[in-house]
Amino acid sequence: MNDMTPTREQREAKLEGMGCKRKRVEDIRFTQGKGNYVDDLKLPGMLHGDFVRSPHAHARVKSINSEEALKVPGVLAVITAETLKTVNLAWMPTLAGDVQMVLADGKVLFQNQEVAFVVATDRYAADDGINKVVVEYEPLPVVIDPFKAMDPDAPVLREDPAGKTSGAHGPRKHHNHVFEWTIGDKDLTDAAFKKADVTIKEMLSYHRTHPSPLETCQCVCSFDKIRGELSIWGTFQAPHVIRTVVALIAKIPEHKIHVISPDIGGGFGNKVGAYPGYICAAVASIVTGKPVKWVEDRIENLTATSFARDYHMTTEIAATKEGKVTGLRVHVLADHGAFDACADPSKWPAGFFNIVTGSYDFPTAHVAVDGIYTNKAPGGVAYRCSFRVTEAAYCIERGMDILAQKLGMDPAELRLKNFIKPEQFPYHSALGWEYDSGDYHTAMKKMMESVDYAGLRKEQAAQREAFKRGETREIMGLGVSFFTEIVGAGPSKNCDILGIAMFDSCEIRMHPTGAGIARVGSKSQGQGHETTWAQIIATEIGIPADDIMVEEGNTDTAPYGLGTYGSRSTPVAGAAIAMAARKIKAKAQMIAAYKLEVHEGDLEWDIDGFRVKGLPEKTMSMKDICWAAYNSVPPGMEPGLEAVSYYDPPNMTYPFGAYICVMNIDVDTGVYRIRRFYALDDCGTRINPMIIEGQVHGGLTEAFAIAMGQEIRYDDEGNVVTGSFMDFFMPTAVETPHWETDFTVTPSPHHPIGAKGVGESPNVGGVPAFSNAVNDAFSFLGSTHIQMPHDYWRNWRAAKELGVFAA
Amino acid sequence: MIPGPFSYHRPASVADAVKLLSTLGDEARPLAGGHSLVPMMKLRLATPEHLVDLHGIAGLKGIRRDGHKIVIGAMTTQHELLASDEIRQSLPILHETALLIADPQVRYRGTIGGNVANGDPGNDMPALMLVLGAFYRLEGPGGGRDIAASDFYQGAYFTALEPGEILTSISIPAGAAGHGYAYEKLKRKVGDYATAAAAVVLTMAGGKVATCAIGLTNLHETPLLATDAAKAVIGTSLDDATLGKAAAAAVAIMAPAADARGPVEYRKHVGGIMVTRALTRAAARAS
Repeated sequence: MNDMTPTREQREAKLEGMGCKRKRVEDIRFTQGKGNYVDDLKLPGMLHGDFVRSPHAHARVKSINSEEALKVPGVLAVITAETLKTVNLAWMPTLAGDVQMVLADGKVLFQNQEVAFVVATDRYAADDGINKVVVEYEPLPVVIDPFKAMDPDAPVLREDPAGKTSGAHGPRKHHNHVFEWTIGDKDLTDAAFKKADVTIKEMLSYHRTHPSPLETCQCVCSFDKIRGELSIWGTFQAPHVIRTVVALIAKIPEHKIHVISPDIGGGFGNKVGAYPGYICAAVASIVTGKPVKWVEDRIENLTATSFARDYHMTTEIAATKEGKVTGLRVHVLADHGAFDACADPSKWPAGFFNIVTGSYDFPTAHVAVDGIYTNKAPGGVAYRCSFRVTEAAYCIERGMDILAQKLGMDPAELRLKNFIKPEQFPYHSALGWEYDSGDYHTAMKKMMESVDYAGLRKEQAAQREAFKRGETREIMGLGVSFFTEIVGAGPSKNCDILGIAMFDSCEIRMHPTGAGIARVGSKSQGQGHETTWAQIIATEIGIPADDIMVEEGNTDTAPYGLGTYGSRSTPVAGAAIAMAARKIKAKAQMIAAYKLEVHEGDLEWDIDGFRVKGLPEKTMSMKDICWAAYNSVPPGMEPGLEAVSYYDPPNMTYPFGAYICVMNIDVDTGVYRIRRFYALDDCGTRINPMIIEGQVHGGLTEAFAIAMGQEIRYDDEGNVVTGSFMDFFMPTAVETPHWETDFTVTPSPHHPIGAKGVGESPNVGGVPAFSNAVNDAFSFLGSTHIQMPHDYWRNWRAAKELGVFAA
Repeated sequence: MIPGPFSYHRPASVADAVKLLSTLGDEARPLAGGHSLVPMMKLRLATPEHLVDLHGIAGLKGIRRDGHKIVIGAMTTQHELLASDEIRQSLPILHETALLIADPQVRYRGTIGGNVANGDPGNDMPALMLVLGAFYRLEGPGGGRDIAASDFYQGAYFTALEPGEILTSISIPAGAAGHGYAYEKLKRKVGDYATAAAAVVLTMAGGKVATCAIGLTNLHETPLLATDAAKAVIGTSLDDATLGKAAAAAVAIMAPAADARGPVEYRKHVGGIMVTRALTRAAARAS
């Protein structure tokens, strides 16, 4: 035996397959400033477009005068709704079945709405031109408070659906009503509440916030008049969907549209939908015959492109006096702003909000969601969450804490008492989902032991006594959150976007020397797909991950996919990758059998190749099989080694986790101190533990921001008062707490590699943990619920209202 | 976020800068670190036709001792203040405060002259200048003059600077031996202006406060010297009752605006707390 023969461990390590903390291959370029983003693109003769935006939240547009703007050196065109009407593009469809003005058509409905598009030879000239466009407005009364939107005398916001008593999702009951969506058994639920020993009812607001990726939304459109082809480089989380939308609304044949998403600097849901900037840049390019770039600035991104949340959830839970939940009833007032531009699967106007029964065995539940229009920016998108799942998780996790408080029970104990038991999976929830797998008790107990939960509760009791004696001005809170996510949209039986089923896809092509390329329908915005997708293939076909190039985002080369959002990439595209790799492996096995002169069934897989059963020295490596695929395939077999898979998942996946936040609050200033944050995630099979940890850190940081101060806030006139990073809370490394991460592994039974997705779990589970910590801190002073965000002055206000400063 | 057109000038002497500013008139603005002016220009809230960059002028930078005074050139950056042993030893409160201004990137570029001359109530250094009894050297078309920091601030972004004048240096009496100091700043995050901040410099004798000055940041349209609050603590050992009185006296002169940092009542409330905390910490440092 040659000593140089690698051991099995060495062969396995060389693959850097699933389970390996492989370093991110994309970071080589990102950390050196060599990424290639949309704004890096410079085409010959490229023009720049920028918007005239409305200073008013609601106003009639009396006139738009572009005369002076067109005299500005470098300004070539000013596009208005009237221009767009000539090509039937003044309005565009939203993903939620509504329509949205591309440019103000007769009126404006939110501050910073797009009114005119100025096209110039450079950005400076475009901005100079903007300042010379004269728009005459007639201000109208505004609707900002969602609870007043459906008052009988509320101003009419949208005039286009006047007289229409039904919209894309059924009947409308008011001129500012978008839809009502209900699910569950109302009668059974009402009966459960009648019989209940204990009930709670609380209006839980999840305030409006924004995904705020560091790279804003942007595009370059280039129309080639000779070929009749339109190329669009953009910050698109779902490039194929954009191509189809453009084909449908611009009437350009889909094969003549090239959509390319280059490197993307964060998306978090903000880059799923279509924005007026894309349409205007495309029209401007068609009109001028030159490439046109549109790049949002920070203020525009925060104030005009899709927000998230703004869900106001009246939450009721029924329970026995022993603490067994018997019913859940939720009514949601959903503020969609001026246009319903939610990026949900088409049939789900409230996303997957019906995951709101959470991790608990509710015998019955009923949910009603009323979508309404207000004079705010349109949306809302899923900000690092599967559709409306963060809202649902907040609703149930705050609700359970409030119930625990009413029952005088420990919130962790209440959860343990009501968890769906391991033997109940697959579990059919009262609101219609089939939870694929879970082991909640193990995760919860591991969390409680890891942080010494009992010890923390003792410390809290002592701290409260010290506070009452006047020895400290700090109060202590423990925020428990146990979330169940629903991700991986999704099965064609219940998920589509504009009629396209939400499958995903992968094409793998192996080259003769044993390297290969995988093209995938998903699109990384920082998630590290180039690293992890190669790891799946490495384990599946025994080729080192380093020898697999992953390519995404070019609609001409990538197979059709529905893009990356809603933690769907690993559950759907990840499955497609594994299935394509298995097709490669199946063909490879036939080639190996031919070359080794045995029957296929006599071969077995061994890390990086096949060996003959019982003859371990008779092997053929995958690398050698790749070579053979190009010169000596079995008679009758086509040469080459490539495969395509389109994967329609049989079910969603259901990641879960147990989080706890330990927080102290100084009642005099409202300043909080996050003492500890422990996050246990179960995302099934773990492809790259380092990337998972990074995803969890990032999502927790967003959750921290959202719960503790990040909001899009409007004043009474509809002016956005949080339009920059000075006032919109974007924590830096200094403010961000230390994160402790942990895990359990409960593989998905229906996913080819058992993975469930993780990117969004920490945002979903983190927010209730923070909010529960604040609420738990104040609870002994007599408080039931304090609305988010929990920034310093609001904490002080809560303390003040609870009489802390009375003495 | 794109500024309007402007001409750029880079004079080599104070005299040339003054001449440019007075010739070009209201449409010219001097440019120091640019951290206030450039963002305003990007929002087109400021649209100067001429920028007179002061970076080319030798002699506007540096920290030197002149007898009992420390003289700081207006173009000295916050980073250079932090790196200076002289500041650390003679005016340690400047060191403490500079560390609370934004982040390292801003401090590499932002200057003390720009910070004090702009009249922005959110800037941290002006309240310190009041507390320390600083004088500003102004050079203008009519020659030079010195003005007390306490006479400089007239309103938000309104100062005693006359057209064509440039603030060239700051002169500060070195801190008394054994003085105690503290700058307490409540802010929401790195890079934010103070929700409320208080600067205290005091000396102690026999366990009692001998001298004291208290300054307030971002609690009024100008920086404030809380004279009554300072008087209230002199001769006391800073017992709880005295601290309460001092805070109340300071709160009485505060008139902050309501903003995303909190309503007026909150900002005044925490302003009082910053005063008591700064007093307590300064006293503990005094010897």
